[in-house]
Amino acid sequence: MRRGPGLAYASPSLLWLTFFFIAPLLIIVLYSFLTPGQRGGVDLPFTLNAYRAIANPSFGKVVVGTIAVALAATFFTLLIALPCGYYMARSSKQTLLLLLVIIPFWTNFLIRIYAWIAILGNEGFLNDLLRWLGLAEESVRFLYNRAAVTLVLVYTYLPYAILPLFSTIDKFDFSLLEAARDLGATKFMAIRKVLLPNIRAGIFTAFLFTFIPIFGAYAVPLLVGGTNSYMLGNLIADELTKSRNWPLASAISLVITLVTTIGVMLLLRFNGTHILEKKHEKA
Amino acid sequence: MKKPDFIKAFSFSRTVYAVTIMFLFMPLLVLVLYSFNESRSGSWTGFSLRWYVKLFTDSSDLWRAFGNSAIVALSSALVATVIGTLGAVGVNWYRFRLRGCLRTITFLPMILPEIIIGVSLLVFFSGLGIRLGLFTVFVAHVSFNLPFVFLLVLARLEEFDFSIIEASRDLGATELQTLWRVILPLTMPGIMSGFLTAVTLSLEDFVITFFVTGPGATTLPLYVYSAIRFGVSPVINALSVVMILGTVVLAWSMRRFLKNIAAK
Repeated sequence: MRRGPGLAYASPSLLWLTFFFIAPLLIIVLYSFLTPGQRGGVDLPFTLNAYRAIANPSFGKVVVGTIAVALAATFFTLLIALPCGYYMARSSKQTLLLLLVIIPFWTNFLIRIYAWIAILGNEGFLNDLLRWLGLAEESVRFLYNRAAVTLVLVYTYLPYAILPLFSTIDKFDFSLLEAARDLGATKFMAIRKVLLPNIRAGIFTAFLFTFIPIFGAYAVPLLVGGTNSYMLGNLIADELTKSRNWPLASAISLVITLVTTIGVMLLLRFNGTHILEKKHEKA
Repeated sequence: MKKPDFIKAFSFSRTVYAVTIMFLFMPLLVLVLYSFNESRSGSWTGFSLRWYVKLFTDSSDLWRAFGNSAIVALSSALVATVIGTLGAVGVNWYRFRLRGCLRTITFLPMILPEIIIGVSLLVFFSGLGIRLGLFTVFVAHVSFNLPFVFLLVLARLEEFDFSIIEASRDLGATELQTLWRVILPLTMPGIMSGFLTAVTLSLEDFVITFFVTGPGATTLPLYVYSAIRFGVSPVINALSVVMILGTVVLAWSMRRFLKNIAAK
């Protein structure tokens, strides 16, 4: 590596991201300590009211609800993704198996949510099927609750977990499993004591890649959730556009940013920077 | 690849994988099925192409939204590709102040939930008094596309060593000639995949666009959103199928295209 015109090459990127990514985040930090303005916007004086409001029970409920949904959805996602990644890594047709996971993912995000509305809605496929089978007289209300939100979130973020798990398990030396079996371990024990500890970093990556976007979810709870399954993302949007309390919206955004940043720092300490590049396999 | 003997006829992992693939495809198949449904409601009443006819002949708002999406996707991908490629060249081959800084701030937008980027940009634009519209959508899209281009080009650059630049300079090329004649042709596959990724991400984005858009700047995902807020709409079924087909065709041609460049 040489000294040279590096800064000249890098300055457009640096300037763009400073103006249109870092500066907006800093403004959010500033706004979160201000007083709501008359018609949106902010006013002086500086105050901690926005942060006090987050701790208030009505918001506290949404915070707890968001964490609960995010943990549940991430748990189910990993539970499904682990065996999938394992099977894909051990297969001789890896490219095909990978494509099968990625192709549905190419479909537009909103279309994928919409597909679930078409299935679970009162006039949807599932109710249609139940009526046709004679199992239900009235429409069953599958949508607009936490279970629906969790299901659609799992559906949306499953590939985010499968891809990093696959690439970690693919690097695992499977002869270790056979060695464990030869030494008398059951298949279950071999996987628990030999495979899982060795792919810890991949599991952690998969956890973050699903937990972070789910924690900041907005569109899914908006479209398939009811008022009682609102998440922090919806709260931010409401405070911005309906209640016009910009400091509060900023404070909630900061909480999500902080959770994300801490997660990423832990991840970087865990296994270096290169795994972050895995996310672009999505596209 | 090694196929171990202790994967028996019944395999737990294979079963989970198979069920997962069905789970992933099932909603899309339902959409395809219902796009040919005669009636407006969920119940199947008979085969019909009427929703496709309506999509192509009687949906001018939808096509205007598609036009907006195309404009934003192409322009933001182009700008992100130029800026991101230059950044990657600088970071990969030269040592300079702020080098580590650039690497760090390109990671963050990729990992931060979209809503945070959307909300912070909305607050930023309105703080500066910039009117929301296609321009603000374009700016936001460049911001989230840039890191992806940067990383994809960087990955390509890391395969080469610095001596080719030295050789070019020793043979009398100026910095610009080196960039144009040596670096860019070598990096072209990375640049193209960066550009195509950026186009895809831009066409796909809903959340960030939702916050920074203004009157008259409805993109296709925003149009779909407003349509499905009013419940199931069969035209959206037909549109979904067209879009699914579109992505499959695009991905297929992208593969061949990328292979062709790589072969040169």
